[in-house]
Amino acid sequence: MVYNYFPGCTLKEKAKDFDKWGRDCASALGVPLTEIEDWQCCGGVYPLSKDEIAVRLSSIRALAYAQAHGGVLVTLCAACHNVLKQTNYDIANDENFALKANNYLAADGISYHGEAKVIHYLELLRDEVGFDAVKKAVKKPLAGQKIGAYYGCLLLRPGYKMDMDNPENPSIMEDLIRALGAQPVVYAQRNECCGGYLAMEDSELPKKRVTRILGNAAAQGADTVITACPLCYYNLKKYSQDSGVKVRYLTDVLAEALDVKEG
Amino acid sequence: MQKIGVFVCHCGTNIAATVDVEAVAEAARHVPGVVYAQDYTYMCSQSGQDLIKDAVKKYGLTGVVICSCSPRMHEKTFRKAVSSVGLNPYLLEIANIREQCSWVHKDKEIGTQKAIALMKAAVAKVELDAPLTAGETPVVKRALVIGGGIAGMQTALDIADAGYDVDIVEKNPTIGGKMAQLDKTFPTLDCSSCIVTPKMVDVGQNDRIHIYSYSEVKDVKGFVGNFHVTIRRKARYVDETKCTGCGLCMEKCPMKKVPNEFNLGLDKRSAVYIPFAQAVPKVATIDPNYCLMLNKGVCGLCSKVCGAGAINYKDTDKDIEVDYGAIVVATGYEIMDVSKYDEYAYSQSPDVVTSLEYERLMNAAGPTGGDLRRPSDGKHPKTIVFVQCVGSRECDSKRGGKPYCSKICCMYTAKHAMLTKDHYPDTDIYVFYIDVRTPGKNFDEFYRRAVEQYGVHYIKGAVGKVTPENGKLVVQASDLLMNEQMTIKADMVVLAAAIEPSHSARHLATLLTASMDTNDWFTEAHPKLRPVESPTAGVFLSGVCQGPKDIPETVAQAGAAASKVIGLLSKDKLTGNPCVAHSDEMMCTGCSQCADVCPYGAITYVDKEFRMPDRTTKIRRVAQVNPAVCQGCGACTVTCPSGAMDLNGFSNSEIMAEVDALCR
Repeated sequence: MVYNYFPGCTLKEKAKDFDKWGRDCASALGVPLTEIEDWQCCGGVYPLSKDEIAVRLSSIRALAYAQAHGGVLVTLCAACHNVLKQTNYDIANDENFALKANNYLAADGISYHGEAKVIHYLELLRDEVGFDAVKKAVKKPLAGQKIGAYYGCLLLRPGYKMDMDNPENPSIMEDLIRALGAQPVVYAQRNECCGGYLAMEDSELPKKRVTRILGNAAAQGADTVITACPLCYYNLKKYSQDSGVKVRYLTDVLAEALDVKEG
Repeated sequence: MQKIGVFVCHCGTNIAATVDVEAVAEAARHVPGVVYAQDYTYMCSQSGQDLIKDAVKKYGLTGVVICSCSPRMHEKTFRKAVSSVGLNPYLLEIANIREQCSWVHKDKEIGTQKAIALMKAAVAKVELDAPLTAGETPVVKRALVIGGGIAGMQTALDIADAGYDVDIVEKNPTIGGKMAQLDKTFPTLDCSSCIVTPKMVDVGQNDRIHIYSYSEVKDVKGFVGNFHVTIRRKARYVDETKCTGCGLCMEKCPMKKVPNEFNLGLDKRSAVYIPFAQAVPKVATIDPNYCLMLNKGVCGLCSKVCGAGAINYKDTDKDIEVDYGAIVVATGYEIMDVSKYDEYAYSQSPDVVTSLEYERLMNAAGPTGGDLRRPSDGKHPKTIVFVQCVGSRECDSKRGGKPYCSKICCMYTAKHAMLTKDHYPDTDIYVFYIDVRTPGKNFDEFYRRAVEQYGVHYIKGAVGKVTPENGKLVVQASDLLMNEQMTIKADMVVLAAAIEPSHSARHLATLLTASMDTNDWFTEAHPKLRPVESPTAGVFLSGVCQGPKDIPETVAQAGAAASKVIGLLSKDKLTGNPCVAHSDEMMCTGCSQCADVCPYGAITYVDKEFRMPDRTTKIRRVAQVNPAVCQGCGACTVTCPSGAMDLNGFSNSEIMAEVDALCR
C-alpha cells in the first residue's frame, strides 16, 4: 500500500517539525509516507465561488497523481486537507466543475473525476493503523498529561464533505490522545474558529477568539492543546500566555509517545 | 357490437392548456366501436355528468371512457352517474390525462399524442369490460383505538357515546399520553392535568371502553368491517384485576434508581411503579429491566407487602385476538433526540434541557415540585435562553433533522417564558427564533403579551454554540436584525426540539398497510377532503400521528375520526369491491404460489374432483379465492405461472388489450 503524501507549503517552511514528526511517526507505525512529485500549493483556502477553477487545478493535479499511484492521498495540514478533500468531492459531484477543470487539464493529459481517496493523517492512524495498534506502539506513554484536542473549523467542516467525524462533537483526536496514554480533555470550544487569516487584518479578533478557546480548555483542566493546523498553531501560540496552556502539534505529542523525536 | 362513448375533460386549463382536448375527442370518433365523443370544461360538474348520462341514454352506450383526472379522484363520481342511467358502473374506464399527462408535460403536441394513446388504451379495455356486482359483508360493531393519549381518548369517548364498544391499546402502563406530562396549556394557561385527568377517568369508567394498557398491536388481518387483531399484553407481573393501586409496593421496593420516564429521566422511580398519581388504570407494573427478583431471583418484597396478592413474578406476555370493524391510529409523537445537535451541548450539560423536560421542571407534580431549579446544582436559573427550531425546518437528515415545522414550539416557548416570568419576575429570558409562527385563535396575542408585557427578549437569529464553563452556559449567538454577534452567560438553555412520529408508527403502518409520508407521519386519504381517513379502508387517523398539531386541533381531529368510525359502524353491511381475483380451476396446477404472496390470506386450496375427457374422474388440488377477504391487489395474478389467476375488472386480457392499444 502506497501512502501518497501532500505536505503543503507551510510544512516546508514554518512548520517543518510538524511535517518531520508526522513522517517519522508514520514510518514507525509501518505506514511510511511517500511525498508526491512536483506538488504545488493547494491555494491555502478553499475558494467559495463556484467559478474559481484555475486555483483548484494544483489540487486536482495532486489528486490525479495519487490516483495514478495507488489511489490514496494523505494530508497532514488541516488547510490543505480541507482544500483537497472539498475539491475531490466537487469534481466527483459537480459535473460542470469537472468538465471545466478537465478541459484545463487535458493539455497535461490528465482526466480526473474524483476517484482518489483523500484521508487526513488522523484517519490514517484511526482507519489504516488503528488506535489499538498505535497504543501498542507507544514507548513513552504520556501519563498524567491532560490534553485538549483543538479541531478548529477546517478539519471537520463542511461535515458532509469532510466526512471524518461528527463536526459538532468530534472524538477522533480524543481517541488518539487516549491511545497515547494521556487524558483527553473535552471542551466545547474545540471546534470553534481561531480567527484564521483574519490575523493579517485585525489581530484583535484572533486574540479574542483564542482567549475564549484556550480559556475554555483551561477551565476544563487541559494543560496542553494539540492541533493539526499550522495557522491555528500560530494564532493559538501567539495568544496562549494568559491561559497557561501549552500549544503543540498533534504529531509532536505523537512523536513523543512513540519516542521518535531526536534529542 | 359495442357502442362506446368517450368524454374528454378540460379540467379548466389543467388539461386543456397542455392537451388539445378537441383533437382527443376527434381522434376518439375514429376509433372502432366509439359511437360518440365529446369534450367539456368540467366533466365532474353536474352539467358534465348530465352530458354523460344523456349520451348513455340517447346512444344506448355499452361502455364509457372518461379522459380526465386520476381515477382516485373521480372514478366513483362517474360510476355513480352512469349507474343512475342503468349502465353497470364497471363498464366505465378512466383515462388519466391529467396527473399522468397534462401535469407532467409542457409540450402540447406531445401531450395531445399521449392523451390520445391513453384514450385508445382505455377504449380497448372497456371493450372487454364485463358488468360486475359487488357483494356485501357484515360489519363488526366494535372499534379499536391504538394509542391512549388525548387523541385516542377523545376518539374512544366519542365512539362510546354513540353506543359502540371501543378498545384502547396503549403501550405504556397508563393512558394520558404527552398531555399528562404538560404543566399548563396555551393560550389560556389552564392546567393540563386538570383537564386531562378527568378525561382519563371518564375513559376508565366508561362501560363501553376497554383499556388494554401496557399492550401493543402485534398483528392485523382482515379488512374494513372485519379486522382481526392480535394484541400483545406485555407481562406486567401484577394482576390488573387484583391490584388496588395502593402504592405500598412502590414504597417498599428497594430498587429505587430507575430513570423515571414520566419525568423524562430527571428523577428516579422504583422498579415496581405506577407512572403518576392519576394513572388510569391505577395499577402497578414491574419493570423487568430493573426488578431484583426478576433479574437476580432475590427480593420479593413487593409480593410480601401486597395485601391483594396481585404480584405474579411468573407472568408472561399474552396474546389475545379480537375482531373490529374499524381501527383508529392515535400513536402521537415523540420528542426528537437532540444529542446529535452537539453545538447546543445537550449531552455535555444537564442544564441544557428540552422543552418537555422544562415542562416537567415547571410542573407541580414534577421532580422539583414545580419549583424551577436547574438540574446540575438545584439553583434558580436567573438567565434562560430558549432556542427555537432545534431539528425542525432543517434539511440535514444526518443529524435526524426534520424538514417540517413542528408547529407547537413557538407557542409553548412563549408560554414557558411567561410562566417563568410569572413565578420569578427577575429572570432574564432570551428566545432565539427563525420566525415566530402563531396562527391560531388568540395565539398571536399570546406571543405579543410575552414580548410586550413580560419583556421577554425575542431575538431573530441563531445560536451557534453553547459552551458549559464554570457553572454557566456561554451562549454564542447572532442577532440578525442588529447584525451583531452576541454572547450570553446563561444558567439554563432550553431547546425546542422537533417532534417526530412515535417510533412504533412505522411498524404499525406496515401491519395496517396504511401509507406514510417520508417523515413517517400517516398519510390521509385526501389532504383536504378526507383528512382523518387513511387510504386503507377502515383505518382512521386521530391526532399528531398524521402531522404536528396542538391540543385543540388534536381534539377536533379525534372527534372527526370518531364520527367517521361511527358512520362506518352504523352500517350493518358494507358493499365490497367486486374487482377481486378468481382462479380458473381448469388451468390451476395447485402450486401454492398465489397463496404465498397473498397479503390478506384470501386464497385457500381445496381438493376437487374433475371429470376427464375419457369419463374418468381425477382429484386435483386447486386455488379458491375468498371474495370477501380479497382486496384486489393483483399480486396473485402476476405470480400465477399458469395464468389461472385473474382479476375481475383488470383481467389479463384487458391489460394486454390496453398494452396492445398503446403499442399500436
